[in-house]
Amino acid sequence: MSPKATAAAKPVFDVERVRQDFPILHTTVHGKSLVYLDNAATTQKPQAVLDALRHYYEAENSNVHRGVHFLSETATQEFESSRAKVARFINAAVAEEIIFVRGATEAINLVANSFVRPRLKPGDEVLVSEMEHHSNIVPWQMACEATGAHIKVIPINDAGELRFDEFLRLLGPRTKFVAIGHVSNALGTVNPVKRIVDAAHGLGVPVLIDGAQAVPHAPVDVQAIGCDFYAFSGHKMYGPTGIGVLWGKRDHLQAMPPWQGGGDMIRSVTFAKTTYNDVPFKFEAGTPHIEGAIGLGAAVDYLSHIGMANIQAHEKDLLEYATKKLGGLKGIRILGTAKDKAAVLSFIVEGVHPHDVGSLLDRDGIAVRTGHHCAQPVMDHYGVPATSRASFGLYNTRAEVDALVAGLAKILEMFK
Amino acid sequence: MDDSLRDLYQDVILEHNKRPRNYRTIAGADSELEGYNPLCGDRLTLYLKFEGERIADAAFQGHGCAISTSSASLMTEAVKGKTKAEAEKIFDGFIHLVRKQAPIPGKEEIGKLAVFSGVWEFPARVKCASLAWHTLHSALEGKNEKVSTE
Repeated sequence: MSPKATAAAKPVFDVERVRQDFPILHTTVHGKSLVYLDNAATTQKPQAVLDALRHYYEAENSNVHRGVHFLSETATQEFESSRAKVARFINAAVAEEIIFVRGATEAINLVANSFVRPRLKPGDEVLVSEMEHHSNIVPWQMACEATGAHIKVIPINDAGELRFDEFLRLLGPRTKFVAIGHVSNALGTVNPVKRIVDAAHGLGVPVLIDGAQAVPHAPVDVQAIGCDFYAFSGHKMYGPTGIGVLWGKRDHLQAMPPWQGGGDMIRSVTFAKTTYNDVPFKFEAGTPHIEGAIGLGAAVDYLSHIGMANIQAHEKDLLEYATKKLGGLKGIRILGTAKDKAAVLSFIVEGVHPHDVGSLLDRDGIAVRTGHHCAQPVMDHYGVPATSRASFGLYNTRAEVDALVAGLAKILEMFK
Repeated sequence: MDDSLRDLYQDVILEHNKRPRNYRTIAGADSELEGYNPLCGDRLTLYLKFEGERIADAAFQGHGCAISTSSASLMTEAVKGKTKAEAEKIFDGFIHLVRKQAPIPGKEEIGKLAVFSGVWEFPARVKCASLAWHTLHSALEGKNEKVSTE
């Protein structure tokens, strides 16, 4: 998320060519061209990912890490090569630090159960922020309930930015863990993750970063951030659903007990004693989501080919354009005006409930999310039950922002 | 705007959303029941005053989308002065109306509520339209637990 990365953007990005890579974007909805602005919920998949999934089942399908036959070796090679691709993509030190899980939610639950819970004692504290997604709140609440520890919440200001002064005030000898989103799904705020990690490490407190909304939008370097764990989902970065990643520092992962038991995570099993496999396999019990991991590898290849810096620059342009255009409509209030923001636009249409906004935009072929965005504390902060949210991806265009603005203008007129 | 959307957001609906009728509390209400849709956060409280078997007064307060607010508003108008049995019949007719486009049994009781005939085309919005009505149904059955659409 550094401005340097933006400056280094290659001048080859052509959004119209990118759009050709995504078959679903040619869909018509209620007779209108689809305008897909719900990328923070899930992204569409490029042909390269769809092809990889198909190719796997047509030419490579077999179980991994088991057989000595040709297909099993091919599948294993593809599966492990995806792990290496993901490792390079986020600059992990070694591929073994990449654990394949179902998604960011499962990654956070794994850390909560295997790393944090055994360390918590009554009176200890886990810090989260007010802008977290429920998936980065509930696993910590469960760990705290089981151990007598407490959740402490770092408040946000009215722009939707983390109150860093409050974070420093809350950080103390009782703090055993910090869990923070890299980018807020409800507001788009980009958190100063490196500063957060540095401050926490100053007191020897480990940090997990929920990167589900960051990885698809900007270059991410886990070693530069310096965190202990980083979680993200495949389907929000143009890959398949049901696959995600927990990155962890190797020392932590090696010291942690396994979370789930089963095949693949063991070295030897007798009824007297079971010896566990090395990382990452220790955390991948059972047959993994093989085609999901291969599809994620294809998504990483695709994003690397386009260039994350290009994507970041394109989405920055869209966000600025959309902020200006929507801000110019009388009756639209934008929630989340952080200085450092990803391409998420949460807004209220004065006098119109978000569900009416969603239904009306849908008839124009425009897909936005309406509701609390699995971030009810954020809604409470602004005193609203729900918002409408447009979230952009690499294939969105200024013309689509214009379509959204025209749709909203019509709604404002209708409810006048 | 396309026709199905015009059918959903008819002028009567928009007008009742803007100026909901019977949007108030009833002091000394015989029934005060909350309805909640956890999916979208719509929430209303329905107040009823009975005179024997007759609904002497009906009112509501809360917040929700245009479909749910106008539905509650029109409902209070429709059931005021009716007997409990008559109100139940209107409830049946209304639920039938918003769930499918089949001919409505007892259409004569539906009257103005026919403006909701476009809702069935929007499955995601059926719950919005019926929240107030399910609350009414529970209230008439003498229940006093919060009504949830989930």
